This record gives sequence, structure tokens and C-alpha cells, in this order.
Amino acid sequence: MPRAQKIALAVMAAFFLLAPLAMYPIFLMKAMCFALFACAFNLLIGFGGLLSFGHAMFLGTAGYATAHAAKVWGFPPEFAILFGTACAAVLGLVTGLLAIRRQGIYFAMITLALAQMIYFYYLQAAFTGGEDGIQAVPRGVLFGFIDLSNVWAIYGTVFVIFMAGFLLIYRVIHSPFGQVLKAIRENEPRALSLGYDVNRYKLLAYMLSATLAGLAGATKALVFQLASLTDVHWSMSGEVVLMTLLGGLGTVFGPVVGAFIIISLENYLAQLGAWVTIVQGVIFVICVLTFRRGVIGELGSWLKKPL
Amino acid sequence: MKLKQTVIAAAIAAIAGTAGTASAQVSDGVIKIGVMNDMSSLYSDIAGPGSVIAARMAIEDFGAARKGMKVEVLLADHQNKPDVGSQIANQWYDVDKVDAIFDVPTSSVALAVNEITKKKGKAFLVSGAATSDLTGKACSPNTIHWTYDTWMLANGTGSAIVKTGGDSWFFLTADYAFGHALERDTEAVVLKGGGKVLGKVRHPLNAQDFSSFLLQAQASKAKIVGLANAGGDTTNAIKQAAEFGIVKGGQSLAGMLVFLSDIHGLGLDMAQGLIFTETFYWDLNDQTRAWTKRFVAQSKGKYPTMVQAGVYSAVTHYLKAVEAAKTDDGTKVIAQMKAMPTDDPLFGKGTIRKDGRKLHPAYLVEVKKPSESKGPYDYYKVRATIPANEAFRPEKDGGCNL
Repeated sequence: MPRAQKIALAVMAAFFLLAPLAMYPIFLMKAMCFALFACAFNLLIGFGGLLSFGHAMFLGTAGYATAHAAKVWGFPPEFAILFGTACAAVLGLVTGLLAIRRQGIYFAMITLALAQMIYFYYLQAAFTGGEDGIQAVPRGVLFGFIDLSNVWAIYGTVFVIFMAGFLLIYRVIHSPFGQVLKAIRENEPRALSLGYDVNRYKLLAYMLSATLAGLAGATKALVFQLASLTDVHWSMSGEVVLMTLLGGLGTVFGPVVGAFIIISLENYLAQLGAWVTIVQGVIFVICVLTFRRGVIGELGSWLKKPL
Repeated sequence: MKLKQTVIAAAIAAIAGTAGTASAQVSDGVIKIGVMNDMSSLYSDIAGPGSVIAARMAIEDFGAARKGMKVEVLLADHQNKPDVGSQIANQWYDVDKVDAIFDVPTSSVALAVNEITKKKGKAFLVSGAATSDLTGKACSPNTIHWTYDTWMLANGTGSAIVKTGGDSWFFLTADYAFGHALERDTEAVVLKGGGKVLGKVRHPLNAQDFSSFLLQAQASKAKIVGLANAGGDTTNAIKQAAEFGIVKGGQSLAGMLVFLSDIHGLGLDMAQGLIFTETFYWDLNDQTRAWTKRFVAQSKGKYPTMVQAGVYSAVTHYLKAVEAAKTDDGTKVIAQMKAMPTDDPLFGKGTIRKDGRKLHPAYLVEVKKPSESKGPYDYYKVRATIPANEAFRPEKDGGCNL
């Protein structure tokens, strides 16, 4: 790991460890969930070059599965999260097999179409509670002795999940597998001619991304103790694209910063009432006009270090 | 290198700093009221800034300042997302020391706030949300559901229309749980009242083209076409029904979830003849007219919906209960609110049931023809009044275990 990234990682970990002293913990947990979601998305687009416009289906599916498992089946939190994540992984495999056959805009459209199918399924399915969502999900007791109804216990759990997910993504990006992914992103026919089974790499990247997005969704369901249609709606798929773009596409830390900015806007501007959307719009316009590479992308290029 | 490290640290510190400012002031001796609703999108005309105006008017009319009570109003936009609403509610209760949350349209958000309020022992007074689960299986000792609910809309519209002669129905239903529930509840009432259902058709959520559904409704020759849907689906169906001349052809449209602001948006040309149920209309009596005049002066000409009127009524009764109970402890205040009869200029005298259901009369209204409307927002004819004890779901049917 280059030194700049080591420092950035330490700063990030220290920030999320110390921030709850100054900031509201539930807000920070939400920021971490979305940061993991954006990192998972970035793995696919930033390193695989595949723009998925349906990532909300993984976030939402895992959320519903976790909430249902914890509330109706009485799973302990660790199994509920695993179950939710596994559901997202399976969904990733099925949709991936269909979607990776096409590139570019067609890939985006196929993922969007599949996500819309999933959305309308959840809208009608009995177990999701339609537009009421699954409410009052118990957080339970982790490993039988950590009571997650304590805010610091759940904060620690979310922090560990977030860091583990983040480091896994970091490891994947810098592994030989990640190098092949980047090669495919740059020039798919050439990677194919070098003897790489391109579709298998793409499918694996897609599944990994889906699984980690699912992990974020599963964690989020326990943090907020609810699962709702918001997380499967196509606008959520759009929001994660914005988070990634704002933070810096194809950077390691960009999606974390991007997610943090978007979630902050969403929460701290809530007091402004009708102005929220306008302020958000203005900030996006400024970012697109002046920070083409995203906050971290610009910072990295100014420091001449990949971040 | 040193500089660069500092830059990274500074950048992150800057983000942290901006996020940290909007928090914490500790308050005792201040009653803090949080109005949380949709300020910017689809429900902002139904609730939105108008609910905040209504809450402020209630505080003023109660004479809080005169009585030496300090009351503050906070507002927030939950953007119709349950996680945003849940986070705001948590933060309001924990950090900003909010004592009660009002309004909260969108059922998923209201149910989430309902759970948080119960856990924290605060008070939650729902005006904007429709789901009758709030006084059913999700009922709580800390929540009162004020203005209306889905059961009351389906029941009121269904039974009152059958009584006034609309005995054959055709349903246009949004194809998801909410639409199915509305259709089921209304159908049951229609059948019980001796009416019959000639047919029904399901349309997808957020449909653009209702022509084939409306033709089926027309061909069924049912006297009443029931719209078991909400929001954009209802207004689209009404517009297209006007184009097909359904109302002119002698059939009537019955809406389930329709508000004054929807009628204003549609215009009387499109909406005339539509029948639905409301619990408040500005032109009911002298008191509501006088109150509305003051409201309109602050809302830039927008007339109050029943949701906004409900916020006024709820805040009024909440403050009375705080005064009577001499505490702002959520659970105690809600208990006090249930113990006292309600009385305010907008909903008249009423009571609050043990399961948290506020009881007041409901009105079956019909939208006027453009020629009958004499002034701004002169939109409704009241066709029937449903007394308070019949308007809402009987307590035993809700499944509330309080």
C-alpha cells in the first residue's frame, strides 16, 4: 500500500472512530453503510468499467431479506446479515449472467430493467409490507453476547463491517484479479486475445459488487430497524452513481467521501425544507463544472498520488 | 509531504466541521415541537409548509407566550424516505430535545417514527399519514392518529355513497398492497350496504394511460367508478375520465385519497362530480372560514387541506394537555390528551380513543361544477355528514393491544 493511501486509510479509520464524539452516531452509521454501498458500486464501474444502473436491487434485496429473517424468523443479527448478503449474492449471480453479455449503455439498461422488475416484485410481495415497508426490526444480540440495542455496540459493529468491506475491496482492486479487471476496462478485445476469460472476470466482479452492496443494505436494515421501497427504487441506483462521481470515479477513497457528502446534504439540509433539492442541485452543478474527477480524484491528481 | 498530509487531514476535518454545526442546544422549560413532512415533492401541497403555518397558528391561539410557556417549532423535510425520517426523529429526540413530532405524511416514514417515539417515550401526533395500522397492529401509547386513515376513507366513501343511491360500483385499483386494501375495504362496505360490484380492473402503479381501464368502467354501466389508488394515479385517472366523458355520461367517480390541493391542481372542469371523503373543509362554518382567512394570509393564497387543519388541531390539544399535566413527558402527555375531550374551531368537539384514534365527523363531499363555484377554492358541496362514532374503524376490529 503506497504511503499516501496508508495515511488516508488511517485518517478515515480515525475519523469514523472519533467522529461520534462530535456527530450524531446514527447519521455516521448511515454514512458508513452508504460509503460501503458506493465502494461496492465503484468496484464495478471504476475498475471493471461496467456502469450498473440497478444497484439498488442488491441494497434493497439484502435489506428486505435481513429484516424479514430478523423479524419473522427470529435470526440473530449475524445470521440475518449473512442471509441478506447471500440473497444479494445470488441475485447478483442471476442478473449478472444476463447483464454482462452486453457493454456500455446496453449493460446499464439491462441492469435498470432487472432492477425495475425487482422493485415491482417487492411492491406487490406480501412479505415486504408494500409501501409501509418492514418496520420494527429487532437488532438482536450479536454472537449471543453483544446487545445491539446499545448505540455504541451497533456503531462498533457497523464500523467493523464497513472497514472489512472496504479492505476487501482494496485487496481485490490490487490483486492480479483487479489488474485483469482494469485491463478489461481499458480494452476488452485485447484482454480476450491475451487469453483471459473476460466474461468470467466480469461476472465475478459483478457478483462481488452485488454481494458487498448487499452487505451494506443488510447492515442498514439493522441500523434503521426497517426495510422499505426507498432502497430498491431506481433513484437509489442514481444516487449511488452521484456519490461515486462526486467522490471520484475509480479512486479508492472517493466513494466514501462522495457518500459522506450526499448523506450530509440529505440530513443537514432537511431543516431547509423545500430548498434541499435546489441546494443539492447547485452543489452538483458546481462539482461537475469544477471537480470533473471528483473530490478525491482532484485531490489525488494535485498530490500526484493515487488515492 | 508534511504539507500534503496536513491537506488531507484538513479536508476531512472541514467536512466533519460542516456536518457537526447543526446540532445540540440543550433545553429544559422549552416545549419543542417538530413538524416533519414532505416539503419539496409530492405531498408538499397536502402537508408541507402549510402544516408549519398551522402549528405556529395553534401556538399563537393557545396563547403560549401569555401563559409563560415557551414553545419552539422545528421543521424538517423527510423527502419521503423512511431512513431520513428515522434519522431526523432520532436526532430530534436525542440531540435537539424535541418533545413531540407532528404531521409526517407517507405511511412508511410515519410507521418508523411511531416505533422510535415509542422507544424513547415521546409524543407523536400523526396528521398526514394514511395507514390505519397506526391505530391497529402498530398502535402505541405514545401515538395519536389525528386527521384521517385509510379505513375511514374507504368506509366513509363506500357507505355514504351507497346510502345516497350509488349502489353499483366498478373499481379501478392500483395493483399493489395499498390499492388492494382500499378496494377490499370499500367493496366490503358497498356489499354490506346492499350495493353490488359489477367489476374491477387493476392498473400498474404510476400508470400513464388509463384509457382501456376507463373504457371497461364505462362499459360496465356501474353508477360509481371507485378509484382505489392515490396521488398521481388518481389525478391521471380523473383527467382521462373527463376526456372520456365518464361523468357527463351519468357515471360518478369516487376518489379514495383526494385532497383539496389535488382538486385545485386538477381544476373544476376536470374534477367536477368527483365524490370523496374529508374530515375538514374550510367552508364548513363561520369558525373554519375565519380561521382559513388568517391561514391564507400567511400561506400566499393557498387554502388549508385537512392535513394542515389536523396539525393545528393536534398542536392545540397537545399544548392544552401539557398545561393540564404540567409536564412534557411524552407518555404522560399522550395519556392526558386521551383523558381530556378535544375542542377546537376546526374539528369541533371530539374525543381520543384508547388505541390512539382521534374521533370526529367526516364529510362526504362532491366537487362542484365550474358554474356553481363562486370564489377561490369554492370547490365542495357537502353531500352527507358521517357522525364521529361511525366514521372510524371500531376499536375491537383494529387488533390494537393497548
